[in-house]
Amino acid sequence: MSSATASVLYDAPGPRARVRYRILGALALLGIAGLIWYAYSSLNEAGQFSPEMWEPFQYKKVQERLLDGVVSTLQAFGLAALFSLVLGVLLAVGRYADNAVIRTCCTAFTEFFRAMPLLIMIFALYQTVFSREPMWALVIGLTLYNGSVQAEILRGGINALPSGQSEAAYALGMRKSQVLLTILLPQAVRAMLPAMIGQLVVTLKDTSLGYIITYPELLYVGKLIASTTSTPEGYPYIPVVLVVTPIYVGMCLLLTALATWLEARARRGANRRTPAAA
Amino acid sequence: MDMLLEDGNFSIYLRGFLQTIELSAISAVLALLLGALLAAFRVSPVPVLRVFGTTWVTVFRNTPLTLLFFAVVFGLPRLDVHLDNFTFAVIALSAYTGSFVCEVLRSGINTVPLGQAEAARSLGMGFGQTLGLVVLPQAARTVLTPMSSIFIALPRNAAVAGAFNVAEMFSVQKVLTEKGYAIIPIFLWVAMAYLVLSFSISGLFRFLEKRLAVVR
Repeated sequence: MSSATASVLYDAPGPRARVRYRILGALALLGIAGLIWYAYSSLNEAGQFSPEMWEPFQYKKVQERLLDGVVSTLQAFGLAALFSLVLGVLLAVGRYADNAVIRTCCTAFTEFFRAMPLLIMIFALYQTVFSREPMWALVIGLTLYNGSVQAEILRGGINALPSGQSEAAYALGMRKSQVLLTILLPQAVRAMLPAMIGQLVVTLKDTSLGYIITYPELLYVGKLIASTTSTPEGYPYIPVVLVVTPIYVGMCLLLTALATWLEARARRGANRRTPAAA
Repeated sequence: MDMLLEDGNFSIYLRGFLQTIELSAISAVLALLLGALLAAFRVSPVPVLRVFGTTWVTVFRNTPLTLLFFAVVFGLPRLDVHLDNFTFAVIALSAYTGSFVCEVLRSGINTVPLGQAEAARSLGMGFGQTLGLVVLPQAARTVLTPMSSIFIALPRNAAVAGAFNVAEMFSVQKVLTEKGYAIIPIFLWVAMAYLVLSFSISGLFRFLEKRLAVVR
C-alpha cells in the first residue's frame, strides 16, 4: 500500500485531505517523539544511561559470555529445529497410516503436545530426567511441541493438494508409502515452507524458556551479567534488556528473511514450469 | 493420583487454575484492544502511524515472551514503577499477544470486499467510521479461526508468568514438586487443567464461528 493512493478504506486524498493527513502525521510524530523522549528521560533520571551501567559491556569477558549465550541459544535451536522437523514428518505420515492404532496414537500425541504449555513440559523433563543437562530438557520439550505443530502444518499442506496428484500416482502402481513420501510430502513441504519457517521462528524464541531451567542461553547469561554487576545506580537490568532484545529480534528477522527469500524462489520455480491445463 | 486431596493441595491447585483463567481473560481483552488499535494504525492514511504500527509489531512479534517478562518484571521497578507481579504479567502478556492480534486483524481487513468500504465511503463515512463500523467487524468475523489459535495459546503463554512469581498453573507444578510429590501425577493434573482450558476456548470459538459466520 503506497502512500497518496486509495486503499480499501480511504479515497486517494484530495488537496484538503492531504493537508489534513499531513497535520495528523505531524501530530502523531510529535506524540511518538514525546513518548520516546519520556521513555528516554525517565530512563536517564533513573540513572540507566550512567557510564557505570554500560561499562561491563566493554569488557572482553562479558562480550564473550554474551557470545557464548548466543551460541548456546543457537545450539538448542538447531537441535530442536532438526528434531522437530523429523518428528513433524513422522507424525504427519503416521496420521495417514492404514493401521488404526498408529493413526490414533499419532493424533493423540499431536493433540496432547499442542495443548500443553511448553514450559510445563520442559520443567517436568528437567525435574525427572535431565536435572543435570538442562539443554536436553529444553531441546526435547521444544521438539515435542514444535514437532506436533509442524505435523499439523504438513498435514494441512497434504490436504490442500489436488486429489489428482495421489490418484495419478496410484494409477502408476505406486504403494501408499511411496505416494506419500515421493509425491505428496515434497509438494506439501514446498507449499507450506513459509508456515514451517514461521514455526521455526517460534522455536527460536522459545529457546529463551531455557532461562527458567538455568540453561545458559542468551537471556540467562544476560541476567547473570546484570545480577553480578553492582553500580552506584543499581543493577544494570535495563541495559541488559536493551542489548539482548536487538539480538533476539535480529535473529528472528534473519529467519523470516530466509522464509521470504525461499518463498520468492519457490514462486519463480513454479513459473518456470509449463502451466497445467485447467 | 490422590495427592490433590492431601494437605491443602487442592486449594493451591484451584487457586492456580483460577489465576490462569483470570490472567488469560484480562490479557485477552487488553490484547484485543491493543491489536485493534495497532491494526488501525497500520492501515491508516497517515504514513507516520503506519510506520509506528509496523515497527511496534515487528519488535514485539520477534521478542521472546520470556524476555518481555524479564524486561517488565526487572526493568519497570528500576524506573520506580512498582506494581504487583500479576499486573506485570498482564502487561507483558497483552503487549505480546496484541501484536499477533494486530496481524490477524490486518489479514482479515484484506478479505473484506472492496464494495463494503466503497459503500461506506459513498455514504460519507470517514476513515474511522469506515474501519470501525463497517470493515473491522466483518474482518473480525472472518478471522475467528486464526484468532482462536491466538487465544488458545494465551493460557499456555501465561505459564511463563508462573516462573515470575505469579501463582498460576506452572507455579502449582513448581510448588507441588518442591513439596516432594512425584512429578508424573503433578504433570498429569496440570495437563488436565490445560486440556480443559484449551477445549473450552476452542469450543467457545466454534460456537462463535457458527453464530457469526459471514455468508458471502
